[in-house]
Amino acid sequence: MSEGYLVDLALVLSAVLFAIGVGGVLLRRNAIIVFMCVELMLNAVNLSFVAFSRVHGIDGQIVVFFVISVAAAEAAVGLALILAIFRHYQSVDLELFRRLRW
Amino acid sequence: MSEAYHPILPALILGLPLLGAALNGIGAFAWRENKTVPTIVGPLAVLGAFVVCLLNFAAMRAAAPHDPSLVPLWTWMRSGQLEIGVTLLFDQLSVLMTLIVTGVGGIIHVYSVGYMREDPGYSRYFSYLNLFIFFMLLLVLGANYPLMFVGWEGVGLCSYLLIGFWYENREFSDAGKKAFIVNRIGDIGFLIAMFLLFGVFGTLDMPTIFERAPTTLLAGGAVVTAITLFLFLGCVGKSAQIPLFVWLPDAMAGPTPVSALIHAATMVTAGVYLVARSGVLFALAPFTQAIVASVGVGTALFAASIAVQQYDIKKVLAYSTISQLGYMFVAVGVGAYTAGIFHLMTHAFFKALLFLGAGAVIHAMHHAWDESGDHGDPNDMRNYGGLRRLMPITAATMWIGTLAISGVFPFAGFFSKDEIIWEAGVRGYAVLWGTALIVALLTAGYMTRLMVMTFHGDNRSFAKVGGGEAGANRSGESARGRLHEVPPVMWVPLAILAALSAVGGWVQIPEVLPLPNLDLLHSWLEPVFAPAVDVASAASGAAAGGAHGEGMAHEAPLGGGEAFWAVMGTVLAILTIIVVFRRLSRRRYLPAAESSEPRGAASLLYHKWYVDELYDRLIVRPLLALWRGCWRIVDDRLIDGAVNGLGGVARVVGWTGSQLQTGRVSTYLLVFMIGVLIILGSLAF
Amino acid sequence: MESLYGSHWVLTLLLAIPFLGALGCLAGPESRARWTALFATLLALGLSLPLFWTFQLGTAEFQNTASFPWIERWGIQYAVGLDGISLLMILLTTVIMPLSVAGSFSYIKKRERAFYASMLVLMTGILGVFVAMDLFLFYVFWEIMLIPMYFIIGIWGGERRIYSAVKFFLFTATGSLLMLVAIVALVYQHQLQFGVVSFGYLDLLRTSIAPGLQLLLFSAFGLAFAIKVPLFPLHTWLPDAHVEAPTAGSVVLAAILLKMGVYGFLRFAMPLFPVAATSPAAIGTIVLLGLIGIIYAAWVAAVQPDAKKLIAYTSVAHLGFVMIGVFALTRQSLEGAILQMVNHGISTGALFLLIGMIYERRHTRMIADFGGLAKVMPFFAFSFTVVALSSIGLPGTNGFVGEFLILLGTFQRFPLVAILATTGVIFAAAYMLPMVQRVILNPLSRDENRELKDLNRRERWIIAPLLGLILLIGVYPQPFLDRMSASVDALIERVELGARQMEEPPPVEGRAGP
Repeated sequence: MSEGYLVDLALVLSAVLFAIGVGGVLLRRNAIIVFMCVELMLNAVNLSFVAFSRVHGIDGQIVVFFVISVAAAEAAVGLALILAIFRHYQSVDLELFRRLRW
Repeated sequence: MSEAYHPILPALILGLPLLGAALNGIGAFAWRENKTVPTIVGPLAVLGAFVVCLLNFAAMRAAAPHDPSLVPLWTWMRSGQLEIGVTLLFDQLSVLMTLIVTGVGGIIHVYSVGYMREDPGYSRYFSYLNLFIFFMLLLVLGANYPLMFVGWEGVGLCSYLLIGFWYENREFSDAGKKAFIVNRIGDIGFLIAMFLLFGVFGTLDMPTIFERAPTTLLAGGAVVTAITLFLFLGCVGKSAQIPLFVWLPDAMAGPTPVSALIHAATMVTAGVYLVARSGVLFALAPFTQAIVASVGVGTALFAASIAVQQYDIKKVLAYSTISQLGYMFVAVGVGAYTAGIFHLMTHAFFKALLFLGAGAVIHAMHHAWDESGDHGDPNDMRNYGGLRRLMPITAATMWIGTLAISGVFPFAGFFSKDEIIWEAGVRGYAVLWGTALIVALLTAGYMTRLMVMTFHGDNRSFAKVGGGEAGANRSGESARGRLHEVPPVMWVPLAILAALSAVGGWVQIPEVLPLPNLDLLHSWLEPVFAPAVDVASAASGAAAGGAHGEGMAHEAPLGGGEAFWAVMGTVLAILTIIVVFRRLSRRRYLPAAESSEPRGAASLLYHKWYVDELYDRLIVRPLLALWRGCWRIVDDRLIDGAVNGLGGVARVVGWTGSQLQTGRVSTYLLVFMIGVLIILGSLAF
Repeated sequence: MESLYGSHWVLTLLLAIPFLGALGCLAGPESRARWTALFATLLALGLSLPLFWTFQLGTAEFQNTASFPWIERWGIQYAVGLDGISLLMILLTTVIMPLSVAGSFSYIKKRERAFYASMLVLMTGILGVFVAMDLFLFYVFWEIMLIPMYFIIGIWGGERRIYSAVKFFLFTATGSLLMLVAIVALVYQHQLQFGVVSFGYLDLLRTSIAPGLQLLLFSAFGLAFAIKVPLFPLHTWLPDAHVEAPTAGSVVLAAILLKMGVYGFLRFAMPLFPVAATSPAAIGTIVLLGLIGIIYAAWVAAVQPDAKKLIAYTSVAHLGFVMIGVFALTRQSLEGAILQMVNHGISTGALFLLIGMIYERRHTRMIADFGGLAKVMPFFAFSFTVVALSSIGLPGTNGFVGEFLILLGTFQRFPLVAILATTGVIFAAAYMLPMVQRVILNPLSRDENRELKDLNRRERWIIAPLLGLILLIGVYPQPFLDRMSASVDALIERVELGARQMEEPPPVEGRAGP
């Protein structure tokens, strides 16, 4: 198996994971699941970064560390928000949260 | 002829009444309960001015000047070519007018002390009255049209304030407002005339205008006709002529001395004064003169016809005033300016007398009712009757006034009215002459009716006065002791005015009568009116002559000389008085509360030809509807509709756009995704 | 002090006083704000009053000028100066402001600091508009004054205050934006001809502009000013703003702000674009609209049940007279118009103050709720009558002098217009006297009115100076006319000369571009 073939496989996997993430965000109503799908998208991107670093050098791997740390922070804030919303509404159904308009 | 005349203390003539107005005005706030101050200050301010006027009159007689004397006080407005000064004009006419204004005014002030004594607005009343005298004097003395206009509108203001003096009565306030607004309709004529004059002459000073007018203006031309017609519009408003006379009868809402001073003796004659003063201009416009004389005679007849069927004593006198003013306009309209001013003067005497007499009767009735606790209309002649025994002085003086206004020899009205009728006759105005004669008889008729209803027969409200048997009256008590003569402070002015009404005409006795020939007025006013007379005679062509005489007929339209018609006038007037007196003395009137409205032709006259109603339907209501329409439809619907409509459009557009915002996170994300895909796609291809 | 009035600083100082006063209001405690404001406005009055005497007669040159570069790159200066027209406007402002501040003492009960600071900022803006000699500076002041007024109506106003405030703001802002575009276009023209960028008024006066463009720019300026005046049919913001504004707001709005529209015509629109200003189209439109304003507004005023709204419509009528006088462009009509601006400020300001005083007592503006007040409030009745008579132009009061000069002057040029406008005199009586009657005359039939107290000492002190001015200008207007005559002369000459020059080939130096 050539190097290029491995990269191609990783990119395809990344694309599939990302598509699953997008689909989850768009279609699911549960905030937790939407949140997990966002994480999935982030990790799909991470995967492609790592794959590209095989071709273009170490930079991609460095960016991945940044993304992981930002994602951790984001997860903390995001989960806290969801918890707060749940306390308020007793639900995490996104369809109920329609106050974000005019 | 001695040295030239210089006005003596000119500022004081205006200053005293103004000071009086200010002091009484302060008094109205500061010491409301105190009646001593207004009692002294009010009449004294006017009588003081009268003394100064007398001094000026004497000085002028001694000097016999021919040129008007100007007293510049300060510059009022100067703008480019326009220069208007606060300048007073002293000539024979204005000095004569100041004498009438302050003289009659002073007498009425004294009378007011008695009449208004118990009114809570005593001080305010004198403040207004003094202010009126000030503005009237300004009107008379103003040396240019704008200054005269200050007086002109100023007297209108005082008239407004005094008509609505008892402002808590809605009708009275309405009457004041009506007077002011109707007068303003006339005033715009005065304003426009001033604009025209300034356009033609570049100045508004009267002496300059009169001097230049004969050379600058084309006699009978459109310009001078327009100027004089607009001026006359002002006179129609102020002097209550057809069609703007409607305010004067309503103006009787004011206290009776006010009616005597403002709405009979002085202010309403301002129109006559204006025409006489601008005689040169009017002489240049024969068309306007014809209009003036026709309006005058028409008003005289019309108002006299209404006076015949009125029951309110003051309304009778009000219509009588309108009618007499019509006479004056006939005089100035045919170019007999002196005759107009003459009648103005005698009318001031006898009409002030009649009004004050009426005031005395009203005062007495009012008090009698106050004491008895019963109440009726103290102005309604149907409630009077038989007062001559209880109020002998009032009755006697009012009879003098009646004879004077009816034109009976040798009372004042005889001379002035005879002169007007004669002047109209000899100048060939047959219709004016005939109508004026008829009106004279009508005058004698309605005045006799007034006297009979008031002073003769039995009293219809209280006891059978003088019948001796008490107890038959309405409230079961004798009227004697209730109804009584007014105090001296009121009857002395009546007596003075009666004397003036009796002898006031002797200043100008026609040559043709077998009497000492007195020619004071004509010779006195001759310098003032000479230019106008010259213009008129120049216009009428070669048949020019002296002041009057040579160029005119010596006979009235029906034939007969001056002496014949002078005698005829008196005889006819006396006959009318006797006939009316005998007929009405037998008639039984019912008190106002029990009598019904007159029917038939009398009803038409009783309702004053329905002129007020006509104006209300044809002018007032349509205008108000139009105004409301302007507000509700044009402003609220059209303009604001357009404005708010624009706002509405913006709102709708915004709302449409806002519908994209569902508030659903997934929608936003979907749109976001689509956007990303479009951008990526466009980059790819 | 002599040197101060000969110097450049006096106008700048005058602008600074109310502004510093506004800061002082905000810095101090709530309870002291009113006194700070009163002190600042009185100080400004004290400072400006001597200008009336130190002002040099007989010259149309700007006096007490000062100018410093502000944004040099674009030729923007801080430049101020005074001529006969602005002098009277300045004095009107400094006289009216202390009275309206004092008139708010018992009316404004919430957020006093903000209110009095707004009033003082407003005053700065107004004074700035009247003295600015740089178009950019003028525009800045013009907009500055809009903001405090918006808040004064919107915060301290009546029930429909938001609607009125927004309406006021939108009307005014629409006009002024167009004016800004026109200012920029004018500066660009100037740059094309002279090669330098300048917003300076005197510089721009020298610009020669093609007649077509003049008409366009004149219209843009004119629209901004006509909304402010307001000319029919751009007037509907006025009744709403007046009715909803607190007393002080109405007073300032009527007495001063409306004058800025006319002042704009006199100072900018006419001298800058003489050809357009004398073109039959412009004169015809404006005079016709002015005439409609006089008659129509008087009609509408006559049927208003709301006292403040009635007075608001009378403003439209009065300003119609002024606009006719301005565009008749004769000595008498122009001087009358300028004097009438002062007169209207005094009499309408006084009317709003008086209505405000009874509003504070009864909390209603409806005419029908009053009646018979003369019985319980004699001094109020006296003042109200005098002011009303001044408003309808009774001879002997100030209103007559202005109206008379306007009509006399207008008649010499447009006789028919003058005659029709004169009928406004009747309608004036027809709207004012019924109101006077229904407020102070008639029976005292309502119980609520029986216990009303007459004007107190503070209120009397507010009204007294206005009454004095009404009579003073009525009987002796000459000092006021003297002060404006040179400027009016210069204006007429400038406009007529400018219009004539355009008919001939353009002057040589006009084309001397880079």
